[in-house]
Amino acid sequence: MTDKIKKASRHTSQNEGLIFEKSSVGKRAFELPPLDVPAVDAGKSLGPYYRTEGVEGFPEVSEIEVIRHFTRLSTWNYAIDLGMYPLGSCTMKYNPRVNEFVARLAGIATEHPYQPQELSQGCLKILSLLEKCLLEITGMDAITLQPAAGAQGELTGLLLIRAYLQKRGNPRKKILIPDSAHGTNPATAVIAGYDVENIKSDSNGQVDLAHLRDQVNENVAALMLTNPSTLGIFEQQIPKIAEILHAHGALLYMDGANMNALAGITRPGDMGADVMHLNLHKTFSTPHGGGGPGAGPVAMKRILEPFLPVPILVEKEGGRLALDSQRKDSIGRVRAFGGNFGVLVRALAYILAYGPGVRQATEDAVLNANYIRKHLEGTYDLPYTRPSMHEVVFSDAIQKRRGVNTMDIAKRLIDYGFHPYTTAFPLIVPGALMIEPTESESKEECDLFIDAMKSIAEEAEKNPELVKTAPHATRIRRLDEVGAARKPILRWKAGEKSANDEVDTHPRKVSTPTVPTC
Amino acid sequence: MRYLPKSPAERKEMLAAIGRKSIEELFSSIPEAYRLKKPLNLPGPFSEAEVIRYFEARGAENSIGYSSFLGAGIYSHLRSVVTDAILQRGEFLTSYTPYQAEISQGTLQAIFEFQTLMCQLTGQEVANASMYDGSTATTEAVLMAERLTGRTRVLVARSLHPEYREVLRTYAKNSGLTVEEIAYSATGTLDVSGLKSALRDDVCAVVVQSPNFFGVIENLEPLADATHEAGALLVVAIAEALSLGLVKAPSEADIVAMEGQSFGLAPSYGGPFVGVVASREKFVRQMPGRLAGQTVDQNGHRGFVLTLATREQHIRREKATSNICTNQALCALAATVHLTLLGREGIREMAEQNLAKAQFALSQLEKIPSVKRSFAVPFFNEFAVELPRSVKMVNAELLKSKIVGPYALGSAYPELSKHALVCVTETTSRGEIEKFVSGVKAALEVPL
Repeated sequence: MTDKIKKASRHTSQNEGLIFEKSSVGKRAFELPPLDVPAVDAGKSLGPYYRTEGVEGFPEVSEIEVIRHFTRLSTWNYAIDLGMYPLGSCTMKYNPRVNEFVARLAGIATEHPYQPQELSQGCLKILSLLEKCLLEITGMDAITLQPAAGAQGELTGLLLIRAYLQKRGNPRKKILIPDSAHGTNPATAVIAGYDVENIKSDSNGQVDLAHLRDQVNENVAALMLTNPSTLGIFEQQIPKIAEILHAHGALLYMDGANMNALAGITRPGDMGADVMHLNLHKTFSTPHGGGGPGAGPVAMKRILEPFLPVPILVEKEGGRLALDSQRKDSIGRVRAFGGNFGVLVRALAYILAYGPGVRQATEDAVLNANYIRKHLEGTYDLPYTRPSMHEVVFSDAIQKRRGVNTMDIAKRLIDYGFHPYTTAFPLIVPGALMIEPTESESKEECDLFIDAMKSIAEEAEKNPELVKTAPHATRIRRLDEVGAARKPILRWKAGEKSANDEVDTHPRKVSTPTVPTC
Repeated sequence: MRYLPKSPAERKEMLAAIGRKSIEELFSSIPEAYRLKKPLNLPGPFSEAEVIRYFEARGAENSIGYSSFLGAGIYSHLRSVVTDAILQRGEFLTSYTPYQAEISQGTLQAIFEFQTLMCQLTGQEVANASMYDGSTATTEAVLMAERLTGRTRVLVARSLHPEYREVLRTYAKNSGLTVEEIAYSATGTLDVSGLKSALRDDVCAVVVQSPNFFGVIENLEPLADATHEAGALLVVAIAEALSLGLVKAPSEADIVAMEGQSFGLAPSYGGPFVGVVASREKFVRQMPGRLAGQTVDQNGHRGFVLTLATREQHIRREKATSNICTNQALCALAATVHLTLLGREGIREMAEQNLAKAQFALSQLEKIPSVKRSFAVPFFNEFAVELPRSVKMVNAELLKSKIVGPYALGSAYPELSKHALVCVTETTSRGEIEKFVSGVKAALEVPL
């Protein structure tokens, strides 16, 4: 260990097995009010469908054991509430608690989407106001709040493009995707029925316009562009790119994953984007919750509006709001019941708290990223030197000479009390360190991060083994991921020994972890 | 602004440190013409109290104070305050997808427990870490069957939730899948002879919901036999997962697609919920979504990691089994905590109360001579009745007594225009049921 670790110190954490291993017949943690109607014989009522043995294997524990079990598990997690979470492209910002409070209110959490619309005006007003706010922020003309997450937003966007082109006679065959793109882009294009064609970035990390001109033809439906790119660089050519596409009847899809760099400063709709999705669990602060739920609204230009997923929100006479499903050109429904309403509520609460001040959040996010860049430039290799927006991408080229790679540095950061940055992504930067601090970090937290990164760079020079075997301070060390995939154990089975009882003390070689991205 | 941790002096200091005179300089890479010249036209900024006041006012415009007999894919169930207390721990609420396993063991172990609970409930061998909801889980299950069989025709029960069918059609349209619907019989169950005549060697999946959209429990065995004989896979969709506390697990299914909303998640006007895909072990490499697996660290300690990632979009890109990335992890945690609280006895008792209350409601409704049960087969907590008048008219009358009436089946099934889908759960009191029944009676007696 080193005295340079200022943010974290070790403390005892509790061991805890699987809940199934604590189960004992007859314990319970939940009691129902007594039944106020005549009891029925379930066996008789359900006949051959009756589940005689109940749910075998279900745990039987008391309430205090449930509380302790999950509380102990929770202490094994890192979280924004504990400190900076500099995952590039993930926008791990503060999740305001009032958003949680309002999403749980009576009249908000309790509502059923099939109840009469005259009894749902409150819900519909929330949706309507959020739509207006997001349209103002993106500079677009129409929007759907239905998609459940960014990837489903991408799919919705591409289906809108397909429907629009189909209506004009030819849905076309290809989607162009830059080599710096997130993995969901190509995966989504395939589900939308398109072939994927990669386009190269130029030496500045921007779309290579010459290549683009060569590649765009009547077979291309759209280009999916992330802006700022996954390098954290603003795509300055975006109006030009839109022009090239439009000249060939193709459309520009903008992946709004990095909207945190733009909100209040500039609007994709003004720059030629035809359709985009937003990740409300990034820019609009709804909690990641260990991997969801999210929401991925899709905003678009007027030309795509006829194809919106149903139902759409309409304003009737007298300001009454209603949902309309009668739309002949609609792409259909992408999710039952109109979307992750509870997430939409939280996003609106976030926007209302800031108002036009959302610009300040963007400014602070960009300020933090550039402050970190300035202090780490030189210590870490900066492969693309164009101005950074909300995130900065370094590479491990300098540390590599001592055999230390980006994953090692990331794991060592854990010992310093930080969650790692995004490693080894984007793919166009070998050994990438992708750092996005967001506006939620104070100068003090940024300084601690900078110190930690400098200290690790020093360790990589003087004691590379220390970095290569990190983390050292966690409950568990690097895990055998290859073994996990080779012989998958994906559930607990009754009668199997608890691995905790029997610690295998033979040190084993642990394989390099897979590449995580957002 | 209360969420931003910088003083004006600190901002200045940081700007100076990076050698910039103004914040505007940081945005110089955005062409001047596209930079906004005036503030966005947004409501706010609002204090915390004002934000709360806004949403309380919206809530008051909704259905507070009404009792409801709506189900149709979203169910109101008791939830312990313990679930919310755990969910709101910042270590769960504000953590990211557990890619960095060493500092995400809490989330990973909880996912592993979730997968185990889902296997126990569904009688399947593997379950994933969650999908968006029941509708997209059903669609992903069909796409999985397509990959496994290399076939492209899908036979879907007309008694599958109408919105699940719509979502499937949206996805199928461009994936080269053809979707055909199989009718329901006079008993409300899938028409087996219709299924048999539609089954050929080009069918990848037969999709059936149980309890189906009419609340009716399907006899899966003959459906599975016929499906397997044709070399297709049986996908069983479950919209009311609590039924599994009393109803046999669909172990005949090759893939189960489930909506887990009933397990600790509020109706919340349609989401967020939690979808699940569970299947047989041999199909795991074609499964969509994340999976947590057990392994050991370099000291031999048990730990958990996200595994089989080569199925996923961040590794496989256009060759991935699905484009899903963010899923519904926190909702899966809610289900895990809720089911752990219920336990083996609690889930049975809760399910029994649903059955008893629904049967009580039916018996009371059947006392009205003109009300007939639509389908005389076993059900769980939802059943259909035929009324002598339009459901819309009856519901309008009920609304006057602060009752949200049952789902009008005619809106998705024109041939069932006078049929209502009544849902009763353990949250519905005897008094509410009695008031509802007398309300229906009165509505049927209103002079036309």
